[in-house]
Amino acid sequence: MKGKYVSETILKMLLLLFAVTILSFILITKAPIDPLTSYIGSESTLSPAARQQIADYWGLNQPLVQRYFTWLGNIFRGDFGMSITYKRPVIDVIGERFSASLVLMLLAWLCSGVLGFFLGMASGKHKGSVFDKITQGFCLVLQSTPTFWIGILFLELFSVTLGWFPLGMSVPMGVLASQVTLGDRMYHLFLPFFTLTVISLGKITLYTRQKYIEEMNNDYILFAKARGESSRQILNRHIMRNIALPAVTVQFASFSELFGGMTLAETVFSYPGIGTATTAAATHGDVPLLLGITLFSALFVFTGNLIANLLYGVLDPRMREGALHA
Amino acid sequence: MEKSSLLEVRDLGISFSLYQSGLKKKDLNVIRALDLTVNPGEILAVVGSSGSGKSLLAHSILGILPDNATLTGSISYKGEELTKERQRELDGKEIMFIPQSVDYLDPLMRVGKQVVGVRGTREEMQAAFRRYGLAPEVEKYYPYQLSGGMVRRVLISTAVIGHPELIVADEPTPGLDLKMAEETLKNFRELADQGCGILLITHDLDLALQAATRISVFYAGTIFESAPVSDFQGGGSALRHPYSRALVRALPQTEFEPITGTQPYAGNLPEGCLFGERCPYRTEECGNPVPIRKLRGGEVRCIHAT
Repeated sequence: MKGKYVSETILKMLLLLFAVTILSFILITKAPIDPLTSYIGSESTLSPAARQQIADYWGLNQPLVQRYFTWLGNIFRGDFGMSITYKRPVIDVIGERFSASLVLMLLAWLCSGVLGFFLGMASGKHKGSVFDKITQGFCLVLQSTPTFWIGILFLELFSVTLGWFPLGMSVPMGVLASQVTLGDRMYHLFLPFFTLTVISLGKITLYTRQKYIEEMNNDYILFAKARGESSRQILNRHIMRNIALPAVTVQFASFSELFGGMTLAETVFSYPGIGTATTAAATHGDVPLLLGITLFSALFVFTGNLIANLLYGVLDPRMREGALHA
Repeated sequence: MEKSSLLEVRDLGISFSLYQSGLKKKDLNVIRALDLTVNPGEILAVVGSSGSGKSLLAHSILGILPDNATLTGSISYKGEELTKERQRELDGKEIMFIPQSVDYLDPLMRVGKQVVGVRGTREEMQAAFRRYGLAPEVEKYYPYQLSGGMVRRVLISTAVIGHPELIVADEPTPGLDLKMAEETLKNFRELADQGCGILLITHDLDLALQAATRISVFYAGTIFESAPVSDFQGGGSALRHPYSRALVRALPQTEFEPITGTQPYAGNLPEGCLFGERCPYRTEECGNPVPIRKLRGGEVRCIHAT
């Protein structure tokens, strides 16, 4: 049962990823970007014959299906092409940018998850109190606020008015890369991280709160009380586990929102991560980079969903041992 | 005859405040003027139709009513008022609750651990499993893996952890086949014979007839009559209240004859006798509130009963 569930889930994910490659390839070929023009520049003096030669060499005149498979084949060999914007192989750009963003995302993801979980529990426990109302109002405002706006607000407050944090970038300006300390990096990371955490906090807090209230209304809580369990025992023995399971899943499944939020937060703070690279690729018509980033971000979101799905199978006994007595 | 009772409920009322259309607040009296007594070693069956508030009676004894419920009257245990503090202390130790269904078990906790609870030991759990014919490996199961009969036995097992003196069982047999139901009742009988007082809440008069020492007939949030089980046998001619007699007559093995009408809704109760609208013996005096009174070794809430 377990093996079958895992392999089925992974197979589904792979099929989905395959579909993403087809869709993003078609979308990019239909986009109003001419890869040739963006490669040689719009004011190039290249003769039409030379242009034709490059187009032939790249295979731009071949049928769509053939071009797709050529591209897919190259991808499988790890060749994502050259980035026009950065004049380096796409895979290198993505590698470098992704690792910078990954630190940011993981930190924000962990912090918002843990903080949101406990905030939601406390809020649910004191349902109807002033604390609960403030938390709820705060979360609802956050949920409906655009990331970039919160980012600008924080930048204005903490960097411009208070001067606590730098205006942007991931390292101080005018300092040699070898002299940049971990402290410098953390200092620059903080505001984008803080913004992303705050943005992601709303969803998980509201979810946990709702779940807490739901679970408390269950009959098994009543029975636990009737058997002499104290509120604390009920919380530790029953509520925590019954809420943590779906909450962890929700948090893993929110990778896509995290990625979206990060792109915007990075742009606001000019943090050189995958988000700013995406914006740059889009504005420069950098087709290879754009495609590469699309694939990797899809892979990233898929990983989140995959973990969420697998985790449910591992953590929830109803799925883990489902076949035992079915 | 006068032995000290285990549980004594006097003039119990349970009401909920509800918001009706707009901001109009209204109190809904679900249970009112309810009296009952459970003695050690006996099974008192409270029989009433589904949805008439019987479960709330059980919940009030255990102190697990929802927050918006208001409780009036008194509940005493072993001659002393059963306060919130005493309930917290005695629940799961002396006062046991056997709930209705598998929903009362935590879906994510292994059955064995749940039966042990916070006041039992693993040895007690294993002994209870042996006593009720549950295989040792059931300990490792999750609630969803149990069959209907196993759920029932697991729930009963929870009641024999510790030193049960009063057991409140809420609809313990629905969903069980005849054999399982009879086995369940046998288990209750055993516990009663050991000296436990058992409050058995059920909608099944037949079941009550088989198991109980005494039966209390529950109607529209109160009790019409409490009488020894023998009064309910032989067609129920020894009964005091017209509703109790109608109930017995409605059984398939007697006349299988229903009466017309329905129970009044808790939000819309008449001033006088709650059975008034359906009663063939109704007189003008029945429009006044009817007190409960002792009669021929039982209690009845009817001014015409003899």
